[in-house]
Amino acid sequence: MSSIGTGYDLSVTTFSPDGRVFQIEYATKAVDNSGTVVGIKCKDGVVLGVEKLIPSKMLLEGSNRRIHAVHKHAGMAVAGLAADGRQIVARARSEASQYLSFYGEDIPIKELCDRVARYVHLCTLYWWLRPFGSATILGGYDRDGPQLYMIEPSGVAYRYFGAAIGKGRQAAKTAIEKLKLSEMTCREGILAVAKIIYEVHDEAKDKAFELELSWVCDESNKQHQRVPADLLEEAKAAAKAAKDALDEDEGMDAD
Amino acid sequence: MGSVVRCDRYPYVTGSSVLGIKYKDGILLASDTAGCYGSTVRYKSVERLKRIGDNTILGASGEISDFQAITNLLDELITEDWMWDDGNKLGPFEIHNYLNRVMYNRRNKFDPLWNSLVLGGIKKGKKYLGMVSMIGVHFQDNHVATGFGNHLARPIFRDEWKEDMTLEEGVKLLEKCLLVLFYRDRSAINKFQMANVTEGGITITEPFALKVNWELEAFRNPTKGAEGSW
Repeated sequence: MSSIGTGYDLSVTTFSPDGRVFQIEYATKAVDNSGTVVGIKCKDGVVLGVEKLIPSKMLLEGSNRRIHAVHKHAGMAVAGLAADGRQIVARARSEASQYLSFYGEDIPIKELCDRVARYVHLCTLYWWLRPFGSATILGGYDRDGPQLYMIEPSGVAYRYFGAAIGKGRQAAKTAIEKLKLSEMTCREGILAVAKIIYEVHDEAKDKAFELELSWVCDESNKQHQRVPADLLEEAKAAAKAAKDALDEDEGMDAD
Repeated sequence: MGSVVRCDRYPYVTGSSVLGIKYKDGILLASDTAGCYGSTVRYKSVERLKRIGDNTILGASGEISDFQAITNLLDELITEDWMWDDGNKLGPFEIHNYLNRVMYNRRNKFDPLWNSLVLGGIKKGKKYLGMVSMIGVHFQDNHVATGFGNHLARPIFRDEWKEDMTLEEGVKLLEKCLLVLFYRDRSAINKFQMANVTEGGITITEPFALKVNWELEAFRNPTKGAEGSW
């Protein structure tokens, strides 16, 4: 995909002759260069996972969270510019809170996605605003069951069975397509997501990373929460073992 | 100036007393489930005890709609606190302070939330029981009561409450006071709820009734000591 839009890429209010808005495409590049974020919708819930790249050994473990609760029944995983992502989450929280206070019930996930997408799109319409440099994967559970949505910097939002953004998205998407999601429970989903993230992590290019996992499912009482510590350790161990086995195989082939 | 609507004159639907005591493992709160519309006992299933988060319970007497507004505010507070997900949770002391600020600020605007609030909770082993009134007076104690409970129940608490009571002793003491309130407070009904908060969690009982005895000697000739009254 050609990258330079010479002359038509200075403002988000300018179209190029072939109908593209380059500023939005550049914003998407920010997302493409960030750590992988994966979301899958299982039989009984949604699992979100983030490959949180650690730029410095000085960072406290567990800080700089990339998965945020939006309300009790929904959560968002953020890829791209962290500060932009935080703003989107803040807006989502405010929408959810306002909906509850107005209508007396938890905001349906579709509605929440719609509101967030509207807001993200808004910032692509004016020359004095810049587009958000982050995409979010929204997972939630309402009376229509578990749902997974992804909102891109252009403001486009679709509903997915499985979604991936960031560096390793191509490999992650291929791996997700192989999963039988409609038969999987979230417990199995956690292991699958951890495996995928460990798989797509490029040890050569990036140094350390921390795995962040969250779920919203029947087992968590339809509430969005970080995966319990014991399940997280289990998933990490299984994913690491799978990755080591894969590396071994690849090592042998190279010889 | 002066175009502000003054809603501070009088409450419409009110709840009667709330009682609260500390016991060995936590806090017990009790109240009846009546909502009075002036002198009519209009609503008989009003829940005046609510759980706030995982470690606090709130009981209110006074205007029921204001109590509902307060619980909405607290729900928002608790959800926001929950979303931080940082291992820290708002405890009863923090909520007490928050409610105090809300009540005091409303009173300063001459538009009070017409409630007396009883808040009880336990966090990291520390028990807390306190009260916030509609003018923002707040304090903590081993036993508290609102409204008529102050006059009828607290003397009994002062005589019979002791440190580290068991759950059974605490419930018995509260039931004794609830019964007295039912006999003597015209806005009380024989339908009560009790809330219990310990480190293990919060339970709020289903409404229950107490055995009443109208054959007591003192009821036979009620004006014996005060001729001419009724």
